[in-house]
Amino acid sequence: MNLFGDPAQWLPLTFAALMGLSILIYVVLDGFDLGVGVLFPFATDVERDRMVASIGPFWDANETWLVLAVGILLVAFPAAHGAILTALYLPVAIMLIGLILRGVAFEFRVKAPVPHKGRWNAAFWAGSLMTSLSQGWMLGLYIMGLQQTPATWVFAALTALFLTVGYSFIGATWLILKTDGDLQRKAVAWARGGIWGVVLGMGAISLASPLVSPRIWDKWLSVPEIFLLAPLPIMSGALVVLLWLALRRLPTSDDSWAWFPFVATIALFTLAFFGMAYSFYPYVVPERLTIYEAASAPESLFIILIGTCVVLPMIAGYTALAYFIFRGKATELRYD
Amino acid sequence: MDTLLLSRIQFGANISFHILFPTITIALGWVLLFFKLRFNATGDVKWMEAYRFWVKVFALSFAMGVVSGITMSFQFGTNWPGFMETVGNIAGPLLAYEIMTAFFLEAVFLGIMLFGFSRVPGWLHTTATFLVAFGTTMSAFWILVLNSWMHTPAGFEMHDGVAFATDWWAIIFNPSMPYRLVHMLLASGLTVAFLLAGLSAFRWLIGDRSAEVRTTLKSGLILGATLIPLQILAGDFHGLNTLEHQPAKVAAMEGNWETGPNVPLLLFAVPDKETRSNLLEIAVPNGASLILTHKTDGVVPGLNDFVTEDGTVKHPPVAPVFYSFRVMVGTGMAMLLLSWAAVVIMARRRDVGALPKPLLWALVPMAFSGWVATLAGWYTTEIGRQPWLVYGVLTTEQAVADVPAPFVGTTLAAYLAIYVLLLAAYVSVLFFLARKAAQGDRPRRRTPLSGEAIVAQVPAE
Ligand code: HDD
Ligand code: HEM
Ligand code: HEM
Repeated sequence: MNLFGDPAQWLPLTFAALMGLSILIYVVLDGFDLGVGVLFPFATDVERDRMVASIGPFWDANETWLVLAVGILLVAFPAAHGAILTALYLPVAIMLIGLILRGVAFEFRVKAPVPHKGRWNAAFWAGSLMTSLSQGWMLGLYIMGLQQTPATWVFAALTALFLTVGYSFIGATWLILKTDGDLQRKAVAWARGGIWGVVLGMGAISLASPLVSPRIWDKWLSVPEIFLLAPLPIMSGALVVLLWLALRRLPTSDDSWAWFPFVATIALFTLAFFGMAYSFYPYVVPERLTIYEAASAPESLFIILIGTCVVLPMIAGYTALAYFIFRGKATELRYD
Repeated sequence: MDTLLLSRIQFGANISFHILFPTITIALGWVLLFFKLRFNATGDVKWMEAYRFWVKVFALSFAMGVVSGITMSFQFGTNWPGFMETVGNIAGPLLAYEIMTAFFLEAVFLGIMLFGFSRVPGWLHTTATFLVAFGTTMSAFWILVLNSWMHTPAGFEMHDGVAFATDWWAIIFNPSMPYRLVHMLLASGLTVAFLLAGLSAFRWLIGDRSAEVRTTLKSGLILGATLIPLQILAGDFHGLNTLEHQPAKVAAMEGNWETGPNVPLLLFAVPDKETRSNLLEIAVPNGASLILTHKTDGVVPGLNDFVTEDGTVKHPPVAPVFYSFRVMVGTGMAMLLLSWAAVVIMARRRDVGALPKPLLWALVPMAFSGWVATLAGWYTTEIGRQPWLVYGVLTTEQAVADVPAPFVGTTLAAYLAIYVLLLAAYVSVLFFLARKAAQGDRPRRRTPLSGEAIVAQVPAE
């Protein structure tokens, strides 16, 4: 296991990368699930069934990426796991309650007696909203180095709002891809309304992180980094412009380009994610604990890595199979 | 109340709520596979109708299991950071393997199993059903490996207060793992057997005489009657294993204060921790010695051995362990009586319809007897491990987080409120579905992969 040099160096880095990957996949995949839930109040009852049908076969697997991300934090960086989660105790609890409400509402809204359906729809919406808001709040506090002061709370409130709008945006782009007719037209309108949230959110985070941390300031704004990194914001800006143009023309009469907003949003989220990962590396608890200090014993990490190399491609394979089987416009979900 | 106590209550409440649903999904997955295979083999519609009804129960239970499980995985960090900091090198890989080999498998194929019937070929649907059942069982395997390791730790070394793995084989196949795994899988099978029988009996009683209900009632009763003797046997072996590794727990289970031979089996008693003796004993002479050592004069450990010179108590709290053990065994006996009585009547008269009404009525509340026994079993096991979190390695107190008690208190109250509501909703929806099915709400039959045939637009349920 010394094949690639000192395992105490490359193993933590590998696991940080794996954790980053699962957070990114989670944010994209459960992001659109949650976004669809947040958009519930704007839809009619029939449209709501269709919206749920578009995410029904996927949401459970999508949520599992959160379990994996937290699992990697737990198993690879136990010290950081404790520090982060105890600092975020209350928002974590709110997120968990939100996830519970959202997840069970999926089932109850169609199985409970019909007069109760409205209540479970409300629970679905409330759960999605609680989850998005608390995740945004945690993101904000994390960027602020987990400090709890009135100023960091204001910032966290902003990121909570922006992340929620961001999730609704990717949710709307998913609906553009998976639906047609009136609902698709509505989704385009929602996306037009939501794009500002994405822009403001990414702007706020990009401005705030270097201002809070001189280290991050230096990482971005010294020469030559500033030139090497320039493509990141430029590409993001270009994507936003393309998205905006596309949303003005959609939906097209033959449904071409319906995939574009969703794919472009994934690209945008990915770029933003890389920017943040670059800022925070090598810290796992900002300015306090690096991934190297927090890592578990190399022997244990190695055991997990072997499994990961075998299993992750399989997971990717059967996830792809599921998306392939349920491709095309969402139709009604039924057990037979 | 302090953070430690509140955190313990919170963890206990969360895992108690969680385990209710895995116990159902683990075995129900296999039962559904059985229904599907019977349908493939016989072409008899009743099997498919049974599948369709119970897949709804499965989907609902699965969702409840998933969301409460996510709460569990965060709890380690929010409430017990000391746990992963001390034994993370061992618990970590086990949890990671659970997520990678089980959670993704079941979550992805669940979508295909639930909604893929008319979208994928029949064999793929059957395979998806198999993989979901396999995934839940794998998940039980890994988490029980970890839990058993916490009871009987093996294959590790301590350096500077942190556990390092030395032998993964010894960690996975730690001394209590095989017993706990078998006992838990059987518990899951029994829970499902009585749920099947109980809900089907309910449908029968409100007038449902369909072939489907006859089949599921019979399947449930036969499954229960087969598994319960095995469970009693497995429980006995499990107890012997515990006697070897955690004698203090066995002493508490038996309510035995003084080590010695000819210890009676207490059917009932009120253990008193102040006087360190029992009140109101109803006992079978030499019973405990006989069960635990298979000799009437066998020596059974007593609780007084686990008190140090200066009076510090090193054994678990007696009353909860003592009572919950009796609740579990008592429920097991009720299961034995009821399922055997029913099976004997069915065999004699060669008809499900011959079952007397009182017996059917008794089966309805027994639908949830598996839950009662499973929870009681876990309370015996887990409270019996106290004050240790990892037996002999880490105490519960050392692992608790430094979070203000009011935080833990408020979140606990919120969780409890949600759990009570959801449990009520779950049970009432089960009976609602049963009533709806009894009133002949049968979905129209359709063949797999015949896209055009799908015309009716009825929401999935
Ligand atoms: C004996 C079985 C058993 C036990 C003791 C536990 N679980 Fe569990 N768990 C399951 C059996 C199970 C399962 C059968 O695999 C579930 C239930 C429904 C499901 O989706 O999977 C599950 C779901 C489940 C999930 C959601 C998985 C998903 O997204 O698909 C998580 C994160 C956990 N569990 C975590 C835990 C933790 C941290 C536990 C202990 C502290 C725990 N479980 C005890
Ligand atoms: C699913 C079945 C389980 C049930 C019903 C259960 C129940 C309980 C209960 C009631 C306690 C409280 C004991 C007390 O404080 O007196 C407890 C403690 C604990 N158990 Fe389990 N447990 C289960 C499985 C597990 C598993 C699989 C793990 C770990 C992998 C685990 C880890 C713990 C921990 C960390 C504690 C200490 C916290 C505490 O004392 O409350 N348990 N459990
Ligand atoms: C009737 C005879 C039974 C006996 C003698 C028996 C014995 C035991 C013993 C000795 C333990 C404690 C293991 C430990 O030391 O940690 C235990 C735990 C447990 N029991 Fe039972 N049991 C019986 C019936 C049942 C039934 C009917 C169920 C459920 C349907 C059940 C479910 C459990 C569970 C879930 C646990 C905790 C997990 C474990 O440690 O395996 N038991 N049982």
